[in-house]
This record gives sequence, C-alpha cells and structure tokens, in this order.
Amino acid sequence: MATTEEITTDSEAGDKVLTPEMVAEIQALFPRYPTLQAVTLPALHIVNQHLRHVPFQAVVEIAELLELAPAQVQDTLSFYAFFKQDKPHGETRAWVCRSISCALRGGEEVLAHLCEKAGIQPGETTADGKLTIEFGECLGACEFAPCMLAGDEVHKDLDNKKVEAFLRDCQSS
Amino acid sequence: MAEFEPVLLANIDRPESHTLAAYEATGGYSAVRRVLADMSPTQVVELVQESNLRGRGGAGFPTGLKWSFLPQDHPGPIYMCVNADESEPATFNNRILMEQDPHQLIEGAILACYATRATTAYIYLRYEYPHALARLQQAIDECYEKGYLGKNILGSEFSLDIYMHRGAAAYICGEETGLIESLEGKRAWPRIKPPFPAVKGLFQKPTVVNNVETLCCVKHIVDRGADWFKSIGVPADPENPRDAGSYGPKLYCVSGHVNKPGCYEAPLGLTVRELIENQGGGVWKGRKCKAAVPGGISMGVLSADELDCPLDFSGPGKYGCLGLGTAAVTVVDDTVSMVDFLHNTTRFMAHESCGQCTPCREGTSWALSMLNRIKAGKGRLQDLELILEIGDSIGIIPGTTICGLSDGAAWPMKNAIRKFRDEFEEYIRKTNPDGCNETEPVQALQIIGVH
Repeated sequence: MATTEEITTDSEAGDKVLTPEMVAEIQALFPRYPTLQAVTLPALHIVNQHLRHVPFQAVVEIAELLELAPAQVQDTLSFYAFFKQDKPHGETRAWVCRSISCALRGGEEVLAHLCEKAGIQPGETTADGKLTIEFGECLGACEFAPCMLAGDEVHKDLDNKKVEAFLRDCQSS
Repeated sequence: MAEFEPVLLANIDRPESHTLAAYEATGGYSAVRRVLADMSPTQVVELVQESNLRGRGGAGFPTGLKWSFLPQDHPGPIYMCVNADESEPATFNNRILMEQDPHQLIEGAILACYATRATTAYIYLRYEYPHALARLQQAIDECYEKGYLGKNILGSEFSLDIYMHRGAAAYICGEETGLIESLEGKRAWPRIKPPFPAVKGLFQKPTVVNNVETLCCVKHIVDRGADWFKSIGVPADPENPRDAGSYGPKLYCVSGHVNKPGCYEAPLGLTVRELIENQGGGVWKGRKCKAAVPGGISMGVLSADELDCPLDFSGPGKYGCLGLGTAAVTVVDDTVSMVDFLHNTTRFMAHESCGQCTPCREGTSWALSMLNRIKAGKGRLQDLELILEIGDSIGIIPGTTICGLSDGAAWPMKNAIRKFRDEFEEYIRKTNPDGCNETEPVQALQIIGVH
C-alpha cells in the first residue's frame, strides 16, 4: 500500500521529470529510425539510466516526444520486467544468474546467501538504497559460473566470500 | 585429419584485438574492399549459397537461401537485423566474438548488407552484454571515421548505416519476429508467418535477420571461398535428400560440470564426448557425466550413453533431441537430480514465455507448478504423464503456437522424463510414499466467484 505521502507525491506529478538533457539524448536518436515508435525502448533506457526507474510521468512525456499515446509506451514498458516504475532501483543493480550452467555450480546458493546477508529478496532494494538484487536468467557468461552482472561489471566464479565482499563494497560506496 | 586452425577465434587473443588497427593488421576489411570493387550483390549471394552456410543462431536455415527470398528489384529500403540477443541458456559464443573481435562481425554485416542491398542495419544486442555494447559502438565509430560505413563506402555507390539497439532482458527477442516487434518499439510478440521477414519485416519492409556467428562466417567465405568452407565439417547425407550438410567451423560452448568451461572452435560434427573430454578437460571432480544438453536447453537432453552424438545439424535429432541449436553443451554430473534439472529448465521457459499463445503461457507455468509440487514432496506418478502431455502438445511442431519457444520448453520435458523415467518415479515414490498413486484432481482451495 502506498502511504499518504507517496500518493501526494504522485498527484503532484504534473511536474516534468525528463530533463532537457534526457530529451536531447532521446531526440538525437530520431534520425536512426523511420518511425518515432522505434525510439521507445532506447528512450526507456535513457530515462532509466538517469532516474534508475521510469515513473509513469516519464512514460507520458516519452509518449509526447514520440507522438504516441501513453498507453502505447506503457504497453511496451510493461512487457519487459526490466523497468521499475514505483521507485528507483538501488545505486547498484545486481543480477545473479539462476539458469542451468550457474545453478549446476552453486548459483542459487550464492543468490540465497547474498539475499540473506543483504536482508532482502530478489527484486528488492536495501533500505539504504545502495543495492537492488535481482535473479537473472542466463547472463551468457557460463564459463565463469556462477556469475552476476552488477551494473556493467560481470562478477565471475562467485562463492559466498566473494558476494560478501561485493556487498561490503556496495555498502561502503 | 589435419590439425584444425581456428578461423572465427583466430584473433581473439591478439593484443588490442577489438581495435580497427589490430583488425586491419590481419587483413581486416580486405573482403569489403574486394567485394565492393569486383563483385555484384548477386554474386555474393550466390557465393554464400554455394558454400551451404547454415545459420548459427539455432534453426540452421541456409543463409544464402534466406537472402534469396528478398523481393528482386525492390525500391527499398531493405533492412538487416543482426541478431545479437544471444539468450539461450549456456550460450556465450557471440558474446566472445563481439567483445574480442567486433570488427569481424561488422565486416560480415557490411558484406551481408551489400549482398542483400540493405542500407540500414540494426544490431539488436541483449541488455546483459554491456561490454559488447561498448566494443561494438567503438568499432562502428572507427568504421565511420575510416569510411567503411556511411555514404558511398570506399568511394563506391554502396551506402550503409549500422546502429546499436539495446534489448531489455527478454529471451523472446531472439526469435526473429519478436526481435523485429521489439525494435519497432512494441512488445516482443512474435508474428504469425507468413509473411516472412524477407517479404514484410522491420517497418513492413523486406528484412533479413542473421545471427552474429553466421555473419562472421560470411566474412571468411568471401575471403577463402565456398570450396574452403565446404572442406570443413560434415557433408550432406547422400541417402537423405533433405540434408543440406553441416559445413564450416563452429563455435562450441561447454559449461556446467567440466574442468575447463569455455568457448572453443572446431569443425561441425565434433561429438559431445570429444567436446567434454578434449576441449572441456573432462567431467569435474573425477565424477561421471549423467546427462548433457546438446545445444542450449531448448534442444532437450542426452543421457550418458548418448554422448557420441555428433554436434552437426542432423546429429542431435538422431538422439531424440530437437536439433543442434546453439551447440552449447551443458554437462550434468552424476550427483544431480534430473528433477532439479527439469525444474530449472522449465522455470526458465515459464519465466520467458511471452504470454501471447495460450498453450505456451499456460503449459509452461502448469508444468512448472507440477515440478514445484514434485520437488516439495507432493508429486504423483500421474504428474509425469501430465507433464509429457504438455510437452507433446505445445509448440510449432504440434502446431499450437506462433513461435518455437515452447518447442524449446517441451523438449527438455519430453527428453528428461522419457530418458530418466526411473529416476523421476523413484523420486516421487520416495518423497511421497502415501500419495504417489493418487489420481483424483487436486481440490481447488476456494471458489471465489461465479460469472
């Protein structure tokens, strides 16, 4: 349930959330595609990189830029479980692989250990906003199983010690 | 047989292998120079057709034939989509090509675009490959600077733009029409075919979708000729008029319970056993192999006595598997329960089903529910029949879905239960001795409303 405070924030969402910088980044992609709708996914990525989530107000503003109905952008966004809408993900978003090659080498145990130490479940963010843990489906780094993608970095051959060290780094960053 | 020299991976260990300077130092872009000066697009298509190159993305469709389906004398634009959404579990060969030798892919893509008269190419790259994204973008930038991309490439009439397009972590975007829908900015729901992309694809225009490794092969076919390509691999079976042969070098991934997981290059036709023993360094911890996935989990699973299965386009099919797939072998040692194995692969497919076709959406999630129940010690022997019924009825092959994702979900179910039936039954009997023979429907918890 949203708190009263959050609802109030939402209702004031008439304020623009896309900065001129984001708008310029999105518009710079227009010449690459024959339709504006094709810029949907790149635009969602741009907003997500800046805001670590894509609030509904951003969907409305992206739709305006791309001359679409907000529902069209929301329809696409909601297909990908990737974009969070309610609140930003943590400063670091870590995807721990649970698919077969990692699972065979202890991936699920490593994920469980990281969650236990961080005190959150996959999909959740630590209270200090430092870390979001996600389960990932095959990250395509199976020669380093079990592995994790945190930000742009692949963490290889994980074990409990390595994820504890990773967690400490996140907390002290 | 003479020692095989790697071709696709020849440069990956060279210093700065991802840069244009390093690539040109090994003869890079000479194929583009020669083709633009001396060959017509039709000649390039014919060369690739003659080589019998088959797509490396999973389906093994002949590449030159795919190109020949494009309408002749189309006013354009024609689009190329490079399928870099490598998401099949245990598959990472394209990642290595893109990270370590991105110019090899760009050169292959330029040649393919010239052959197909495509003037814009999009590289649809899965989200999980940020390093490949950086490397490819750098390679593209270098190419524009050097005149290998852009208007009138190397002074010719041919112009081409290549753009990166980043996915958002959805397996279905590797299906070629799901990829096209995603690129257009929509949910990645695969299209009903026909029309095929060659006729009506991206932005309703003729489109070719080719895999990363396929395009890298094109570069070497142009460099070395169709006869060279056909001198590697497994010739077509003369007894089978439908076998197009399995020619050329192939990248094999081996992972799971082996000593040296990695990506290795060898001629098509290597056996699973050879890959595990030679390249993979054998099963880890001195254990025995219990099962092996031949080409990504979608292809099903081989039992320990089927490891002489050759990894060519028709090999895995002879062992009850779906096909070669991505030639990514996952080795499962004898400590692993096949119940856990099947639970893992089914969970993946249930998670990645795009939800468009009911048999796949419901079938994968019900199969997962039953496997959850079995794992929780409440399984019934009849569940195995129910899972097999799902496996036999979802997919393109039984004809109930638009795309092949659910064939890929079905094959592990069918193979694992049929090849390891005793183990599944024993697990159910042992964990649910009182209820294993139950056949009554599970009671609904509560009926909450009637329409």
